[in-house]
Amino acid sequence: MAAPSSSMHQHDLPHVLAVDDNLIDRKLVEKLLRNSSCKVTTAENGPRALELLGLTSGGQNSMNGRSKVNLVITDYCMPGMTGYELLKKIKESSVMKEVPVVIMSSENIPTRINKCLEEGAQMFILKPLKQSDVKKLTCQLMN
Amino acid sequence: MDVGQMQRQWIDYAKSLFLEGFLDGQFLQLQQLQDENNPDFVVEVVSLFFEDSERLLKDLTFALDQNGVDFKKVDAHVHQLKGSSSSIGAQRVKNACIAFRNFCEEQNTDACLRCLQQVKQEYCLVKNKLETLFRLEQQIVAAGGSIPTELSFSG
Repeated sequence: MAAPSSSMHQHDLPHVLAVDDNLIDRKLVEKLLRNSSCKVTTAENGPRALELLGLTSGGQNSMNGRSKVNLVITDYCMPGMTGYELLKKIKESSVMKEVPVVIMSSENIPTRINKCLEEGAQMFILKPLKQSDVKKLTCQLMN
Repeated sequence: MDVGQMQRQWIDYAKSLFLEGFLDGQFLQLQQLQDENNPDFVVEVVSLFFEDSERLLKDLTFALDQNGVDFKKVDAHVHQLKGSSSSIGAQRVKNACIAFRNFCEEQNTDACLRCLQQVKQEYCLVKNKLETLFRLEQQIVAAGGSIPTELSFSG
């Protein structure tokens, strides 16, 4: 995982992609991340997240002139593609597999947590999200 | 009433909401996110919660009214409502949703209908309480005061 550059210009702020089907949770995670000096893009489902990451089956360059994503934080329980499935797709891609992925869930299920960690999730966070959770995350990210 | 009295009234009212279990610590998290850059953050998020919840409650009423109840759909709606109420600290609504999900699993329509009533009731209560709290805040701000940022629970 590459450390971001040390100068703190706007475009050097860590860019986080937050994925959650719940509107209130999206608003909350966005604010928490902004408070930790991150640039935030939100998506309401896995397919949209993959599109934003440039991982849809068009296979286009993920850069596309837009700023690179430094972290993906995703809810586990989403209709259609789950957070786990999204995690797998990211880890299977050649372009995005180094991007840390954090999974959030309201349910504390050890088998679920282990499954995600084994698939390469950097962290598993229990909802509801608190400022201290996000600070911990961004400290690790900013090294 | 002067600003100081209004602020004390706000503190007392807010404390009562925590003591009576309507709100939990997560609501304090929301308040801490409010600052000069986002002075209306709490009201904005809570307003979203009201809109979202009303939609979900409508959908739940509809889903449970069907001849063949789709419990997976009902559970999905309750899961959403449980999530958002948990995220804003609406503890009683969240707890009512937890009970509701158990009956979804059992596929018990009657029990689900009772749970829906319970959730609706808790939602109405917390909505009224929060609207009252926000009205008190507006009065304080209109009188030139600021909303207390510390809710100490000593004594």
